[in-house]
Formats: sequence, C-alpha cells, structure tokens
Amino acid sequence: MLVTERERLSEELRELAEAYGRQRTALLPMLQHVQRKYNHVSAYTMQVIADLLDIHPVEVHSVVSFYAFLGDKPRGRFIVRLCRTISCDLAGKDRIARQLENDLGIPFGQTTGDGMFTLEWANCLGMCDRGPALLVNDRVYTGVTAEKVHEIIEECRAEFGLHALRKKEEQRA
Amino acid sequence: MKAAHEGPLTFAEVQPNDGLKAALARKRPDVIAEITRSGLRGRGGAGFPTGVKWNLAGAASGEEKYIVCNADEGEPGTFKDRVILSQYPDLVFEGMTIAGYVVGAKRGIVYLRAEYTYLLPQLESVLAQRREHGLLGHNILDKGFDFDIEIRLGAGAYVCGEETALIESLEGHRGEPRNRPPFPVDTGFVRRPTVVNNVETLAWAACILARGAEWFRGFGTEKSTGLKLFSVSGDCERPGVYEFPMGISIGELLEEVGARDAKAVQIGGASGHCVPRCEFHRTIAFEDVATGGSVIVFGPQRDMLKIARNFLEFFTEESCGQCTPCRDGNPKLLEGVRLLEEGRCSMRYLRDLIALGETMRVASKCGLGQSSPNAFLSIVKHFPQEIMGRTPQAV
Repeated sequence: MLVTERERLSEELRELAEAYGRQRTALLPMLQHVQRKYNHVSAYTMQVIADLLDIHPVEVHSVVSFYAFLGDKPRGRFIVRLCRTISCDLAGKDRIARQLENDLGIPFGQTTGDGMFTLEWANCLGMCDRGPALLVNDRVYTGVTAEKVHEIIEECRAEFGLHALRKKEEQRA
Repeated sequence: MKAAHEGPLTFAEVQPNDGLKAALARKRPDVIAEITRSGLRGRGGAGFPTGVKWNLAGAASGEEKYIVCNADEGEPGTFKDRVILSQYPDLVFEGMTIAGYVVGAKRGIVYLRAEYTYLLPQLESVLAQRREHGLLGHNILDKGFDFDIEIRLGAGAYVCGEETALIESLEGHRGEPRNRPPFPVDTGFVRRPTVVNNVETLAWAACILARGAEWFRGFGTEKSTGLKLFSVSGDCERPGVYEFPMGISIGELLEEVGARDAKAVQIGGASGHCVPRCEFHRTIAFEDVATGGSVIVFGPQRDMLKIARNFLEFFTEESCGQCTPCRDGNPKLLEGVRLLEEGRCSMRYLRDLIALGETMRVASKCGLGQSSPNAFLSIVKHFPQEIMGRTPQAV
C-alpha cells in the first residue's frame, strides 16, 4: 500500500472512531464500515483500529475472524451467499449450488479471477418459506431456480465495468 | 386462527401507539403487573416470563439501563421476526419504548442480524418518523420521559442470538456467551442492567397494554398464554407465517398448513426436537413441545439421516468454540452420522454417540451447545429403522 493511501485510510479510521465514540463498543461498527467499503479488513487496518481504541491488535483480529460477514482476505465486489440450511436444502439448494459453481467457474469459498464474485455458503437467511434463497451483498433472492442463476449473475455484472458504462452512455443518448 | 396470507395478524388490528399511551398514563409497577398478569413469556424460544424480567431490571440499581431488542433471528426455519420487522416495526419500537419506561432506561438498541441488512433503511425511516411525532426522543408524549433507539447490525453469527453473546457482540467482542449468573437484568450491556427481549415479545407487550391482560389470557393454555406467530416451512402446501394460540396440537397445525402426509416435523428449529407422526397429538406450548416458532415439515419421502446431518453441519459451523462439549461434540456426532450413512456404524458406537449427545446437553455452557444434539438424538430415537445397516447409496 502506498504511504499516501495509508495516511488517507488512517485519517478515515480516525474520523470513524470519533463518530462512534472511540471505545470498545465502536469496534464492530468500524469493522463493518471497513468491510463494506473495502471488501475486507486488512492487517494494517486492524493495527490502526487497535491503536485508536487502545486495544491489542490480536483482539481486533480475533473479532474479525469470528464473524462470517467479516474477513481479512479480499473478497469479490459481489458476495454470493447461498443458504444451505434445512428448509432451503429441502427446497433443492444442491442444484442451485452446482449451477452457481458452473456459471461462475469457481467452487464455494473462492473468488473469481476478475475479483467480481465470491461464492460462499450461508446459514439460514430467514427466507425458509421461499427457498432456495441466496444473498448477493445485501440483496435477497428467493425461490431461486437453476435457470435463474444466470440471470442473477448477469444482473450483477450489468452494474459494473464496461456494461455499466455502456448503459450510462445509452441513457445519456 | 389467522394466517398471514389469509388475513391480517392481530398485530394489524391493534391501533398503533395505543399501548404506549396506555402505559405512559399509568404508574410503572401497574404496567409491569399488567404484563405479569397476561402471562406473556419470551417468544424467542426460552419462554422466560417477560413481567419478571422487566421487574428485575426495574428493581436493579443504577441510573443507566438498556433495552435490547433481539432481532438476530438465526434459528433455522424461523422468519416471523423478519415479517414483524417489515410489516409492523412500529409495534416493536413501541414495545421497546414501553419497556424503557417501566425499567427506567433511556436507550434502546436493536441488534439486527446482518442477513437482514436490507431492512435497515426502512427501519431507520420508521424511527425518524417516530422521533418527529414525539414518540421517541426527548419528553415522549409530553410525559417527561426520554428514550431513543438505535439499530446495530450483527455480522453473521448464529450464537449471537443467545442474549449474553449478543451483549458481548454489542460491546465489540467475539460473540461468546457469558456465564449466567450474573444475568443481563443486572449485569448486561456495558455491565449495566439490560433487558433483552425478542422482537415478537416486544410487539405482544405493546398489544397487551393496548387491549389488556385479560384479552391475552383468553388465548392459549394456563402456563402458555396468548397467541404466537409460527414460521412454517418445508414439505407443506402453504408455507408462511401463521398466528395460532399457544397449546395448538401439532396435528391441527399441520392440517392448517396443508401437510397431512407429513412423516415428522421439526419443532423449534435446529435446536428443537423432531416429532414423529405418532406424536402429532402433542401440543405446542412451553409445558409440552416448546418453540420459538419454527415448524419445519418433513414429507414421507425424506431421509431423516440426511436431515440430522444438515443440522449437525449447521452446529459444527456455528459453535462459538468456547466450550469443549459443543466445539468437539458436534463434529464427532457429524462424523457418526456420516458413518451411519455409509452403513459402517456399530450399535455399540451409536450408543456412545447417544451418550456423547447427552453429555453435551448437560455440560455445554450455553443454550446453543445444550440443544445442539437434540435433533440428532430425537431422530435416532424415533427412526431407528431408517438408520441402522444402511447400504451406501450409489452416487
């Protein structure tokens, strides 16, 4: 990371700590902010947060490693989480899983080479009456079928990169 | 009996803020007495009497107290809180405000599970509206009572639904349950007296104050009063959220949701019990089969061992790792289920596994560990003919 980048990040974290009151209770909201913005919590970030909150960096790491929605490894822009708990399992989540792996070209737990998608399992998304369900970042999809998987992925792709640029240009024209 | 998709729930019929107005017009002990008389018990599953909880927190010493709404609905097969939060959020906030008034708390926190992040903008706007209308913030309804609510997000840990783990998480720690006692009502969030109530409990509390304890007592049984929301999923014709009085028999419930041919039903989610067809006459109540509202129906074609495996995979993943019986017991049971699936498990080893499950029940630190072997044990007990001497399935 460039020195200037580090300085900018430290400054951002300092402001965040002030906003949340610079105490241990601020830890989770700060980590969630970082995770949301940078898709992971880097070792450097953990060190800065630890200094700001006056705790040991290992404490911060122990929290990051505990929660499924936080992590120290960079994840994709879109995190696809397929529910594997009982009701979605009964509703046929196995076929959705297979199709997701086929369409994304990665097994569960990995990120696509272009950094766009990470494929993960989730434990009960609370959509049990409308399974199989999956989560793409904060967005929920229910009643997913194997055919729909492609659509969902394309919908995400259309939000970023060349596709998004083209769409904007079309709108302008 | 009403179902969400057939007609409105009771929550829709109660006039918004009637409960709050009624509560603020009365003395604190009177409000607690009303809740106690209604017999309302925790709707998250544990069934602790709400009136007793409020009374303990109210009596605890200290100026600074907290009301926490447990919206970390993670139990497999449960989604009633999602429906309440998206359709009747005002009732929940109203219940929290009432609890704040009777306990003497000025701050409320909603711990919303990360999987429900998409509900956040809507909930925040409801809170803003309530502040605008003088239902939250300074001097609520001109009664000289201050209370405000903030929403905090979880980060994807099932164990945080356990109240002390939830508090740990709010404090910025790993979601590892604490020893109890001390209970949150005297040593809770930042070591201050804290009431932790389920979303549904708070909504019912608001309804009870609007309509009276006698109305609530008119439903249910002696020990399990009132109405309850049920999340029904699995092999049935009409999955969804249903409202039934407590004490309904499992058979009646299955009839309503269109699951007459069910072979078994899981009551209470992954941590609950698997009830076979021959016990469908049993009732859903704290004194019989207790539940936080999760009902998962298994049709005649289902392989019960596969279901046990799914539950154990869940617990192996979601155990916080703090105490040995739960951390090491669940992977051991899961390994046992795999042996059974391959048809390579002796009766002697199965007995060892059952004994291990029973040890986990008594020796685990929190509710997660104590209830994690339930599904396995009840499936082994009720479906022995499906389990022993299997031939490995051709893939």
